[in-house]
Amino acid sequence: MTTKRIVVGAHYGLKDWLVQRITAVVLAVYTVVLGLAILFGPPLAQASWKALFAGPFIKVLTVLAFVALAWHAWIGVRDIYMDYIKPTAVRLTLQVVTIVVLFAYVIWAANILWSI
Amino acid sequence: MTENARGAGAAGARPRFRNIDVGQILQYRLPPAGIISILHRVSGALLFLVGLPFVLYCLQISLGNDAAFAKFRALAGNPFIKLVFLGLIWGYLHHFCAGIRYLLLDLHVGTEKDQARTSSLAVLAVSLSLTLVFALKLFGAF
Repeated sequence: MTTKRIVVGAHYGLKDWLVQRITAVVLAVYTVVLGLAILFGPPLAQASWKALFAGPFIKVLTVLAFVALAWHAWIGVRDIYMDYIKPTAVRLTLQVVTIVVLFAYVIWAANILWSI
Repeated sequence: MTENARGAGAAGARPRFRNIDVGQILQYRLPPAGIISILHRVSGALLFLVGLPFVLYCLQISLGNDAAFAKFRALAGNPFIKLVFLGLIWGYLHHFCAGIRYLLLDLHVGTEKDQARTSSLAVLAVSLSLTLVFALKLFGAF
């Protein structure tokens, strides 16, 4: 095991790899459930579209899906930065911006759903 | 560099490429598994950069009040926006199908060379034909 660790590295563990897979499964299941609900639900119009996201259960489920999406995107985007962005300062800046943006997206999603 | 130096030894001047150089990208003949791999990365980046903010904005106006919904209708009727939608739909479908393949590979399903090749072609076939279905729906063919 090397002791030469980089501050903007991948934390050298199984955790991120596993989280990427688990969040992928969560998102796949959410996608299929939502797809089936739209396919077999009433024809899409303003009222039925709102009704689809109106219940507390689907709201919580959707926010959880956005949390999974943000976490999944973080690992994927960080992998891209690690492959192409070599200067530590630039990579760290991009990583921080990405984390802040992803947190904002999750809050935005929750705000949209609870404003219905 | 050291690998290159070592490679140019007794066996002659056979070039060895250890890293892909941007200028060489078009010369590489990727196998199907390589094509869907790089497309997995491209689609992921697309979904992060464009997809997330765009979908959240659409969700906001489509679930908003009547004025907001009217804005969504106008947006969804715009041919250019339809193309953006279609690009994102392709990105999502490709990322989804290739992702399922990777999850199966992680479970040691289909790791043989010919199986991996077949499943790569299946990913392309499924994601592209579903994209076509969405394209026809989006532009009002049915």
